[in-house]
Formats: sequence, C-alpha cells, structure tokens
Amino acid sequence: MNRLTTSLRKNAKLYWKNRFFFLLFLPAIAHYIIFKYIPIYGVTIAFKDYIIKRGIMGSPWVGLENFRLLFMGDSFMEVVRNTVLISIYQTIIAFPMPIIFAIMLNEVYNSKLKKTIQTISYLPHFLSWVVLAGIFIEVLSPSRGPINMIITSLGFKPIYFLGDPKWFRTTLVGTYIWQGMGWGSIVYLAGLTSIDPSLYEAATVDGAGRFKKIWHITIPGIVPIITIMFIFAMGKIIKDDFDQVLNLYNPAVYSVGDVISTYVYRSGLVNLKYSFAAAADLFKNVIAFVMVVGTNYITRKINDYGLW
Amino acid sequence: MRAKKSFGELLFDIVNITILIFISLTFIYPFIHVAVLSLSTPEAAAIGGFKLIPKQIVFNSYEKVLRSPNVWRGYMNTIIIVAGGWIVSMILTISGAYPLSRRNLPHRKFWTLFVVFTMFFQGGLIPSYLLVRNIGLSNSYFAMILPAALSTWNLLIMRNFFMAIPPDLEEAAYLDGASPFRALMSVILPVSKPVLATVSLWIIVSRWNSWFDCLIYITDPNKFVLQIVLRRIIFADTKEMLLSAEGNVKAMQDAYMTDPLTLRSATIMVATLPIIMIYPFIQKYFVKGVMVGSIKG
Repeated sequence: MNRLTTSLRKNAKLYWKNRFFFLLFLPAIAHYIIFKYIPIYGVTIAFKDYIIKRGIMGSPWVGLENFRLLFMGDSFMEVVRNTVLISIYQTIIAFPMPIIFAIMLNEVYNSKLKKTIQTISYLPHFLSWVVLAGIFIEVLSPSRGPINMIITSLGFKPIYFLGDPKWFRTTLVGTYIWQGMGWGSIVYLAGLTSIDPSLYEAATVDGAGRFKKIWHITIPGIVPIITIMFIFAMGKIIKDDFDQVLNLYNPAVYSVGDVISTYVYRSGLVNLKYSFAAAADLFKNVIAFVMVVGTNYITRKINDYGLW
Repeated sequence: MRAKKSFGELLFDIVNITILIFISLTFIYPFIHVAVLSLSTPEAAAIGGFKLIPKQIVFNSYEKVLRSPNVWRGYMNTIIIVAGGWIVSMILTISGAYPLSRRNLPHRKFWTLFVVFTMFFQGGLIPSYLLVRNIGLSNSYFAMILPAALSTWNLLIMRNFFMAIPPDLEEAAYLDGASPFRALMSVILPVSKPVLATVSLWIIVSRWNSWFDCLIYITDPNKFVLQIVLRRIIFADTKEMLLSAEGNVKAMQDAYMTDPLTLRSATIMVATLPIIMIYPFIQKYFVKGVMVGSIKG
C-alpha cells in the first residue's frame, strides 16, 4: 500500500513537472482512445449477438456462434479463397513490375526524360479508386472500349473485363499493376542510386555490356530491398485492396472477386449482420496481425530494417 | 565522359526508351480517353475505340455538369472536409508527435507503444462504424473529419523530424524565459517547415480523395463530397444491382449503353483536374515520404 502511494506520488510529480508535454499529448491520447482503442474493445461484438438497442455492452454473449456460422457457410470460405488467390497472383505477377520498371528507368541517361516518365507513372497514385473505376469502365468497356477494339480487330470476341468471372481477377491484377507500378518503383530507384558508380566504371573497363552490368551490378545491388519488399508482400497476403475491389466489382463477379473486406462491408453495413461481419473482420485482423508482426520480426533479423 | 556508344549500347537505349515511352502512354491514355469523351458530342462518344482528339469539340457536357447543384455542393463539401480535416489533423499530429519526440514526456516508451500498436491491430470496420453512429456523428461533417484525423504513420514521420532537432534550440528559448508552449510555437515549428509542408500535402490529397467515410456515415445528400457525387453518377446504373443479387452482365451492359456517357466523363474530369494539375509540383514531397518510410521508419 505504502509502496503504491509513493509510486503514485512519484508519478504524479513526474507528470506535474512535465505537465506541458502531457497536456499537449492529451488530445492525441483522447483521439487514440476514442477512435482506435474503443473500436478494439468493440470487437467483442464478434462474440455477441449485437442488438442495436442494447448497445455493445448490453448485448448477450454467444461465444463462438458467429464464427461457427462463418465457417459453416460456403460464402466466407469462398471469400477467403478469393482474397488469398488474388494476393498470390499479385505477388507473382505484379510484384516484379516496379522492379523491372525501376531498372529500365535507371538505364535512361537523359535525366529530363527520366523525370518526365517517373512523374507520369505516379499519376494514378494521386487519384481515388472512384475516379479510376470511372475511367476503367470506359477503357475496358466491351462495346466501346479501345482495348476491346484491338481484341475484336484481331478476330477475337470482346472480353467483358469487369463482368466476366473468368476475367475479373485478371482485371484486378492488371489495374493494380497499372495503378501501383510507378509509385512502387520509388523504393527500388532509391536503392539503385546508392549503388557505387565505380562498380559500373570498372565493369565498363572490363568490357561488360548493359545486360551484363544489370545482371551483375544493378540487380545484386537491390536484392536486399527486393527481399524486404517481398516479405512485406507475403505478410499482406490476407489483406485486400478494399477501395479497388469495391469500386470495380459487381454481383456478376462476386464468386471470384468478392474479398474479405468487401464481404465484411456488405454483410455488416448493407445486410446489417453486425456481429457476423465483425467476426469475419476479426478473423482477418488477427491473421494480419500475426503475419505483420512475424514478417517484421523476420526482416529485422535479416538486416536492421524494421517498421520502427 | 562516356566513350562513344557501340551499336549494341545504342540499340539497348532505343529499345529501352521505346518501351518506357509506350508504358508512359498507357498511363496517360486512359485520361486522354475520358477527356476526349467529355469534349465529344454524345453521338461521337458512343462510337467507341481509341480517342485521341475529339472530331468536334463541344462544351455542352461541362456546361451541364458545372450547372449541376450537386457537383457544386460536392465541391463545397470536399473543400470543407479538406480544410477542416487539415486543421484538425495538423493539431492532433503535432500534439502527438512533439511530446513523443521529447524526453520530458514521462513513460515515453509506453506512449510510443500505445500509438504504434494501432498500426498493427485495428478494431475494424464494424466497431468503428458503430462507434461513430453511437456518439451521434452520423450525417455530420465531423464523421468525415474526426475518425481519420490522426494517422499514426504521419505522426511517426513528424516525430522523427522533431527528434532530429537539437534540444539546445529549445533550451536557449527556456533561458530567455519562454514557456514550453512558446518554445514549440516560435522555435520548433518554424524550423520544422519541411515536415509540416510534407504532412500537410499528404493530408490534403488523402482528404480530397476520401469517399468511404461519406458513403457509410452520410445519408444527407447536401453533405455528399465530390467523390461520392461522382461515384453516384458513375454507378447510377449499377447501384441497384450492387445491393441486390439479381444483377447480370446483360442488364449491366444495357445500362451502360443508355448512360449519358459524356456527362459522366465530364464529371470525372471536373473532379480530377485539380489533382492532375497540381500533382507534378507536389509529388516530390510524397516521394520523400516513401523514401523515409522505406529506408528508416
């Protein structure tokens, strides 16, 4: 008891002495408690039968019932499968694109041209998926779009990229590459600038061509960054791009394109099954948490990178 | 000085630059396409295919879009959200970042963890939604400002910048009899202009583009932000189908066909042009953020 009061008094003194810093910090603490920590407490509704009138606290506990419903039904497993499959496709197909793009840009000696291409490639990053969806609906349109114009002129049938389950995942990966390739290349370009130029000079003296130099100097120079980025990409395998999918998908492609976050949105905020949706979201967040902490641990082991 | 290029080198450059220019065109073309549609007559727009220059430039669609009260109200609301969001975000970010950067804050390690933990685990959509509704923010501008006002990422970037400021600067101010608040306002913030500008731009662009908070919290059309007005125009035909499971490809195709295409394109342009015009000048601030984040978080 005595020790507790002394420690309390000591702390009170400490905070009083530095009251300015703590007072300044209070609004931020308040924001974190209200908008971050209360919702974390709110995940308890995943274990309850949420009744609006009774609130989160007053709603009855139901244990794992929501999770049972989640895993008994077919729809959630399909959604998890879609999420993971799309992530895997993105890791295999989209992941190398910014690297290739960065290496190609690195070979451009005219710095004005290089800057211009870079700036152009950043454009999609600055726009919302609402805008991008509006644009893609036109460009990918089966009846009017220029891409289908090429396809039909080659004698094939037009492809309904946004409405055909056979094509929708390809469309997601393709638009993801288009949107993120330029921006994603920044990290690699930064890595490329730190390669010692004398290595290239020495290789030139030895008579190495451009491909040889890329293979033996450029790529090894950014392998550490590639490794880290790859581990991060693996850590995000259970995550999906809500903004992209919600603005591009439609009921015709739910079977292949519906992912966890859009499923949570629809079952929770459209169909008002709050507890059920919260359970689905919690399932994803717990896996994501474990994977992010795990990948961060691994990257820290590899070298002194790390999120903080 | 580089030696004269060999034939192989030259060929490499030509192929490399050609591919890069082609890639750049694929980035730009979709925007040109929509821009041309927005300036075309409805008949010309309906024809389809590649659009590089409109056959006949008409501003009818822009006239209609700019006369639409919805679009103007959307603009107004977006500006309110951007301005309000910027002020609240800056105050909260500084309020979090500065104490965390100073030894004076007791239990600094704990408070840092308190902040960083939320990057790794979140309550998720449903509890956040219920919270905002339960505290009575539905249909209020605050629903679009407060929940997203503090980004832990921005906070840490700013904290790292403050940490690099030598404490001597403040101590000199204290010796002159300044209060800690004075020291923050007249010593720390003035030398932190680069990070304040960078974080401001991040906040402003992300607020300009934000739409989901408005989608879920706002049902009053007078408070729709531009992105939501645009979204409703783009998806006017498919909205019903998004909510019901009955939709099929055929119905959607038909809906697209009958849609006032040029109007939609003009709305996209009106909502996008401000960003397209300023982003080349502000992108370097964003690039800096990616670098800081990737090299040392």
